[in-house]
Order: sequence, then structure tokens, then C-alpha cells
Amino acid sequence: MTDYIDETIEMEEDTQKGRFLTFSLGNESYGIEIKYVTEIVGIQAITEIPELPEYVRGIINLRGQIIPVMDVRLRFKKEPKEYTDRTCVIVINVKDVSIGLIVDSVAEVLTIPEENIVEPPKMNKGFYNRYIKNIGKVENDVKLLLDCEKLLTDDELENLSDSL
Amino acid sequence: MSKLTRDPMLEMFIFETAQLLEQLEQIIINSEKSKSYSTQNINEIFRIMHTIKGSSAMMLYDDISILAHSMEDLFYFVREKKPLAMDFSELTDLILDGADFIKTELSKIEGDGKADGKSNELIENIKKFLSTLKEKNSLEDEVCITKEKLLPIKEQKYYIGSGALSGTPTKKILKATIYFEEGCQMENVRAFSIIHNFKGIADDISYYPSDIIENDETEEVIRKDGFCIYLKTEYSADTIREILMQTVFLRHLELEEVDEVDEAIQRQKSKEIVLEGPLPSTVEEKMAEKVQTIEAQTHSLNQNIISVNVSRLDKLMDLVGEMVIAEAMVVQNPDLKELELDNFDKAARQLNKITGEIQDIVMAIRMVPLSGTFHKMNRIVRDMSKKLNKEVELTIIGEKIEVDKNIIEHISDPLMHLMRNTLDHGIETTEKRLAKGKTSIGTIILEAKNVGSDVMIIIKDDGKGLDKEKILKKAKENGLLYKAEGDMTDKEIYNLIFLPGFSTKDSVTEYSGRGVGMDVVTRNIETIGGTVSVDSFLDKGTIVTLKIPLTLAIIDGMNIKVGKSCYTIPTVSIKESFRPLERDIIVEPNGNEMIMVRGQCYPILRLHELYGVNTEITGFMDGIFVMVEQDEKSLCIFADELLGQQQVVVKLLPNYITNFKKINGLAGCTLLGDGSISLILDIAGLVNI
Repeated sequence: MTDYIDETIEMEEDTQKGRFLTFSLGNESYGIEIKYVTEIVGIQAITEIPELPEYVRGIINLRGQIIPVMDVRLRFKKEPKEYTDRTCVIVINVKDVSIGLIVDSVAEVLTIPEENIVEPPKMNKGFYNRYIKNIGKVENDVKLLLDCEKLLTDDELENLSDSL
Repeated sequence: MSKLTRDPMLEMFIFETAQLLEQLEQIIINSEKSKSYSTQNINEIFRIMHTIKGSSAMMLYDDISILAHSMEDLFYFVREKKPLAMDFSELTDLILDGADFIKTELSKIEGDGKADGKSNELIENIKKFLSTLKEKNSLEDEVCITKEKLLPIKEQKYYIGSGALSGTPTKKILKATIYFEEGCQMENVRAFSIIHNFKGIADDISYYPSDIIENDETEEVIRKDGFCIYLKTEYSADTIREILMQTVFLRHLELEEVDEVDEAIQRQKSKEIVLEGPLPSTVEEKMAEKVQTIEAQTHSLNQNIISVNVSRLDKLMDLVGEMVIAEAMVVQNPDLKELELDNFDKAARQLNKITGEIQDIVMAIRMVPLSGTFHKMNRIVRDMSKKLNKEVELTIIGEKIEVDKNIIEHISDPLMHLMRNTLDHGIETTEKRLAKGKTSIGTIILEAKNVGSDVMIIIKDDGKGLDKEKILKKAKENGLLYKAEGDMTDKEIYNLIFLPGFSTKDSVTEYSGRGVGMDVVTRNIETIGGTVSVDSFLDKGTIVTLKIPLTLAIIDGMNIKVGKSCYTIPTVSIKESFRPLERDIIVEPNGNEMIMVRGQCYPILRLHELYGVNTEITGFMDGIFVMVEQDEKSLCIFADELLGQQQVVVKLLPNYITNFKKINGLAGCTLLGDGSISLILDIAGLVNI
């Protein structure tokens, strides 16, 4: 089994390239590179942790593993929304940090060819612009492709000291 | 062989040698203390050196092996002759230097580096010492076992039989018989490594005895009759010989060409290549015998112990933790609620008993006695007292107390730091001591004892004690005073020394006085959930107390509920839980709430307010109080209700969360039987809010 995996790793990387998991927050549609995604689970009982920024909702128990969860809506300063049975947690793993992203709903896995991916327009308006790495065009739709690493690290310390 | 990566053999070598060195250090220091080397100790040192010599030679670390060999020689001499006139301190220095050398080499090897240190100088010193010893005791040189014993092969001549064995291209069968040096041990393993070396060189290998790996008794056979290999190869006999000559501890090699394997057994050996190795003298034989008996004894002892990689134990620990949770999930399953299940309950109880036992055993496996760490201090005391010209005696009490392996790793450095501080700052020089009317020899007592689920480690010296005025002055200079001078108790003043950036020592010495140190101690101890405190009496001495938990992984906890959240309080911190009486509650004008219990006043901590939890229970009469105590401070925690007591597996909060900031009063989290998460309260953090 492991041998098989070893052999296919190279191939896998190839097949993962240009593939994105898309999800929606309100009216917009977002995408994250599939290589970060570990799994998708339904919304779980969240244990709140005090003294954290609002968008870190707490921790969940994922089969014995304790994983922090972040509400992407709140992260992008959108209006909070009640969680429903459509609400999903996308568990991603970025640089060995596992975290769950709470999103309105998960759509599909798309392949977006490189020529259809463009830089986001340089605007200083719009808070979440810097978390958008690229913009993917799919037929008539536009997918905002997230920069996962920035999502986890960027400016968080600053925000925290502001809120204190 | 030269491209040895970290294979299991090397791993084993590093582990074993490190252990042996530790043992050696202990013996040496004990012996020095008692000013004599008992026969038993000498034998033990001899055995250790012998083992290191053998194994390092096998792993091709020549410098280590030669050094070990010369030390072995030295102790051989000591053992045989028991020279009475001997400079023990010099001997000890020599051996410790040697041990240090091997240690550095080991760490190089461990770091995947090359063991490139040269031991020549050390060996010279040892030889010099040995020869002066011999002179002193006016002995003939005959006892000195050959110094070049280890590397005889390189210098030896050998004769090649007349039958030309030069490289004929056709495949032929060669028969090689190998004799190892006596007393080199593990002949079967050595033989196997020879066979292993021939893979790829020879097509067909058969050997006798054939079960060398499975059967340890073949050691004896090889020792007596040699190790016999039949090779079918296209290489010339010379090439094969060369390969075989590289074998470590080779005493004698016979190589011949044969036509048929079975025939060869019948035939007399026609050509012999004789290695004129050092013939075993009677002395050597005797020595070998002795060593063998010693090894045999220790061997039977060692068989009951296996060494396991810690990461596997950690994994096991994790799995047991999961199992405890899974068991709770099954037994407390909501589907089973209010069902009459006699048989199920019976089976569940049985399961509960077994999981409990497994848990105990796993915890016990991870428990390591403190003696190893404590005895390391011996070495520090010895080295430092020599350099600082102070006479110090270290007394160790309670070294048998066991704590979790992870904790041991964390306390070793702080202890070393504290020890150095005590020696450097605490204990006075002999003259000063005498002037003060104390005994000339300073004493340090290193003591461990069990207190509930904690272990106390106490370092007590009879030195000059801490200088209150100096500490206060220093603290003021560095702005470390957190309250008015007059309000501080002596103990609070003394404990200022644990604050970062504090050092009263005016001059920086080799050992301490850089102003780091003490706060590093505190930080290290706090990471494992322990505390440090100090008390002192002027000119009487200083007492530093470390309080550390026995284990980190599984604790007894009381689960409490606040709103929808669940929290766990470590049972050891709980003094009592109770429902209050209206009249006992006092509210200060500032709004601080307090409660009177048996004439004592305690502050109240509303957990729901602290953590901003929504709950309907805010009236003191509806909820429950849990009184907790830590570091002699008490606090009453107000919660909605008690859920019950259970063993919980401590899990750390994810890094992502702790990276934001250290959350006050949370020590970690745990999974409950229903799969939900409970936060473990850090009482030490709460009482200091």
C-alpha cells in the first residue's frame, strides 16, 4: 500500500495542480487549492475558547484530534449567519497546522486551467483583498482563489493587539 | 561498511554506549568519594570499557575503540595488581576525560557527523599514568598486555601458500575458516556481518554453523572451531582474503580453494595462511575467562530489559488515551440511557477494569527513577568544587522516586542550573566557612519526595544564604519590584531572584552569573506545570524547592458545567465543594465578592464572567462553589453544577490557538465520554489573576 502511494505521489501532485475546492459565502464563490484540503465535515459541536478573536470560534473534536475552527464569514468581516445543515467545515492543513474553515456551503471540485487564472485587481478598498491570491474564471463565473497561508497568519497579531 | 547511515545497529550502539558511560561516571565518582576502588567496581569499569571497545570497533570508530582499549589496559593493571599507591584523583580525571571524549564523539555520530576527534593525547596520558603506576609499584612489565592488541592485523605478515590462487576468471569455490580473537564477544554477530559483506561478491554462500543469527550458542562453536564459509565467486582468492582481513578482531584466517563443498569438509587443510597474531598468553586467557563470566552474569540480567524508542511509547500512550475515551463513549452512550442492561453493565465493568490496568501499566512504563538525573549532579559538584576550590559534599536522598520520562527531560537542565548556582554563589570558600565557625566542608542535599500527585525536589545548602538587601537593591535597579518594599515578606523577596533579568553576582563566572539562569529555571519548570520557590536564612543556607507533577498525560479531574461549556479542574487542587449560605457571602464596595468559610475569607471567581459564558445560573444559591488551592493561595470557583469525577487525558490546545496568546487559566483540553471537549483549568494561573 505504502509503495503504491510512494509511486503515485508524483502523479498525485500533478493531478492536484489547478484543482480547486469551491465553496460559497453569501453571494460570492471562493476556491482553495485542493492540496491544502484534508477533509470536509458537517458542522460540529464547537467548544468556545475565551479571549480569542471573534472569528476563531473554538475547537472541535475530529475523531480524537483537536482542531481549531475559524468562521470565514467573520474573518472577512461579513455578517454572521446562523449555522444550518448546509454549513460545512473544510479542514485544511497548511504547513502542518490543521484548522477548520466554517463556510456556508461547499460546491464542487473544479479544474481551472492556468490561462484562466488572473491576478486580482490592485485595489486598496475591500478588506479581504489581500487574502485573495488569484481570480479564476470559470465560464461566466468568477471564483476568488484564497491564499491559505495568509488566511492563517496574516496580520493576526496586529488585529489581536488592536482588539485588546 | 563506511557508509553506515542511522541503521538500528548504530542506534543501538549510541544508546548502549551512552548508558555505559553514565554508569561509568557514577562508579568513578562513587569510588573517588570512598577513596578506593573496590574489586567489584574495578571489574565493572573493566567490563564497561571492554564493551565499549568491542562495540565501537565493530562500528569502525577506531579512536573510541583505541581509547577504550587503553583505559581497559589501565584498569586491567589496577585489577591485577591492586596498586595501593595511586593518585585516585588523577585516575578519576583521566577516566572522566576519556568518558567525555567518547561522549563528544557520540554526539557527533548522533548528529550524523563524523567521529573525527583524535584520542592520541588522552591515550598518551593514560599510558604515562600507567607506566608511572607501574614504576611506583615496581612491577615487571610482563603483565602489561600488549598495547597494540587492537590493531595487530595491519602490521602482521602473512604467507601465501604455493598454489597460485591468482585471479582465474572461472568461478571457484573457496573455503575460509575464521577465528576471532578470544574474548571479543558476539562472535555470531560478527560472523553474520562477514557473510553480509560478501553479498554481491559471491554468488553462493554457505557457512557453518548455519544458524548464527537465531542461535546464540553458536558463539561458543565459533569461538572454539572457527567460522567456516564456502564461497562460490569469480573474484581471486587474494581479493577475498583482503576482504576477510578487514574483519575486526580477526585472529586467524585459513583460506583454501576446494572443488566440492562436501568434499572440502573431508579434506585436510592444504594451504594455510597463518596470522601471527598475539598468541593468547595465560594472562589473557585468564582475563578472557573472567570477562566472559562477568558478561555472562550481566547478560542474564539484561535479558529481562528491552529498550524501546520513546516515540513508540508516546504513541502507545496516545492510543491508550483514545481507548479510555472510546470506552467512555461506549459505556455512557446516550442510546443506552435508561435501559436495563445487566449483562452489558457486567461486561462494561470488566472492560473498565482492564482499561484501567492497561493505563496504569503504560504510565508505569514511562516512569523513570530520578537517580540518573541526580547522579549527573555528582559530576557537576565534583568538577566545580575542584575548580572553585571549595570543598563540597553532595547528599542525595530519594533518588528512587519515579517520574514521567518527559518530565525528567525537562528538569535535568534546571537542576543543573540550580546546582551550579548553589555551588558558585551559595557555598563559601573553606576559609570563609571556618571564619564563620562552620565545618570546612559545605554540604548540599538534593532530595526528592512524593507529595500527593506531585514530586518535590529540594536543593538545600548550608552556604551563606541569600542577601535580602542586595536582592531588593538589584530588583529596584531593574524595576522588578511589583509591590512596596515594606509589604513584601522575606519569601517574596527571595523569590524575586526567579524573575527574568535578575542576577546578584557581580562578576560573570564560567558557571553562572549571566543573569539568565534562574528565570530559565522557572520557565522550564512551568512548562511542565511545576513551580519553583526559594527560602533562605542568612549564613544558614538556602532551600530551593521544585514542585513538579508526576505525570502530564492523564490526570484525575472534576468536571464542572457552566452554561453549555464544560471545564475540568484537576482533583488534586480541589479542597472541597459546597453550596453556600446566603449570609456567608460578602460583597466589597468595589464589587469584589468574597465568601466566608469557617472563619476564613476567600475570593470568589465567577467562571461564567471570566470566560464570558452565557448561563442562567448567576445567583450564588443556584450554583455550586469549588474551593481550589495552589501555592498556598485559595479561591472559590463558582460554577453551575458538578458533573462528576473522571480520569482525563490531557491534550494541548492547538498551536494555532496558543499562538494568539497564552490564555489565562487554561492548561489544555480533554475529550469527554460523549465526544465533547472540556477545557482543563490551570489553577495556578487562576489563583494569580
